[in-house]
Amino acid sequence: MSKTLAMTPETAQPDTTETARWQDYFQLMKPRVMSLVVFTGLTGLLAARAPIHPVLGAIAVLCIAVGAGASGALNMWYDADIDRQMRRTRGRPVPAGKVKGEEAASLGVVLSLLSVMFLGFAINWFAAGLLAFTIVFYAVVYTMWLKRWTAQNIVIGGLAGALPPAIGWAAATGSAPLNAWLMVAIIFFWTPPHFWALSLYVTTDYAKAGVPMLPVVKGAKETRKQILIYSLLLVPLCLTPVLTGLGGPIYLAVAALGGTVFLILAWRVFASRAGDAADPRVADRALYDVTEDEKAAGSKAARNLFAFSILYLFALFAALLGEAVAGVHALELLK
Amino acid sequence: MNQPADSQAARDAARKARNGRNIALGLGLVAFVVMVFVVTLVRLGANVAHPHP
Repeated sequence: MSKTLAMTPETAQPDTTETARWQDYFQLMKPRVMSLVVFTGLTGLLAARAPIHPVLGAIAVLCIAVGAGASGALNMWYDADIDRQMRRTRGRPVPAGKVKGEEAASLGVVLSLLSVMFLGFAINWFAAGLLAFTIVFYAVVYTMWLKRWTAQNIVIGGLAGALPPAIGWAAATGSAPLNAWLMVAIIFFWTPPHFWALSLYVTTDYAKAGVPMLPVVKGAKETRKQILIYSLLLVPLCLTPVLTGLGGPIYLAVAALGGTVFLILAWRVFASRAGDAADPRVADRALYDVTEDEKAAGSKAARNLFAFSILYLFALFAALLGEAVAGVHALELLK
Repeated sequence: MNQPADSQAARDAARKARNGRNIALGLGLVAFVVMVFVVTLVRLGANVAHPHP
């Protein structure tokens, strides 16, 4: 008797995860995050301005991308319970029932090992060590610990997203000097205003899922203040690469112009009522105090900052990348 | 009474998805082998051109 004939009607129905397409597994790797990681990692690799065989350079970037994807899969496995409750994430493969959690975890572990080992054997073990640290930091320290524990989750956890330029630099040179860490610092200080601007208009979702994002724990007003503080730290920091021989004149123009716009938008968020209507601390008063116009203006200010922050980071790294490729001499104003 | 048809459609969908997964996995493995081969050539080539003392 064949296996098919032996099946009961129930077992004859395919498991929902049997219809999972390869694209669903690819989605586990957060391709949009991967594309950003490829971009910043490639910038680090080329900004080092060290000779590296193009094939090895491509392999290094691929390993960084796969490592980032692997940590994304581990994050999707562990956070499925949170993702299920949030509008923005409930369509992800695990909460949507397209892929089993165990499969996401297995994919994450296998790809983590593969990417780190391959980077080590093909390029160098310093870069591989940094990649391993990044994966563990994102999947374990951020996902399993910080995200559910502290309102500073994305500040500290942001280090994982900030490290790819240093890995790229390490792949090209075998070391990570000050300029590599400057790129890391830029992404690190960019992350809080970027994510908190987003969280100001999706606060209710984070609260429902029990994620202690800053607006949920400390309130919208404190979040707007923190956004301004981090923006005031970020913009001068973005100018420092022209002092240390990393950025050239194009970078200086982008950092100065973009930084000015960034500060204006951050000030607008600070001066607005963004997030107040959804803040339980002011919810009662908000019914009377926050007018529909104020609510719309605050939401618009937060959205504008969120959108511009992406453009700003992209422009900064594109300037560094462009200058490195075009051979534009970096400024070294400190010398 | 269209349950068998539904069941057949579900089985077809599962088979199609499995084929897609297998092809993607196969291509991934081939790409990995090619990468190991190319990296070996590049690293060996560099060592032949500039042998360590």
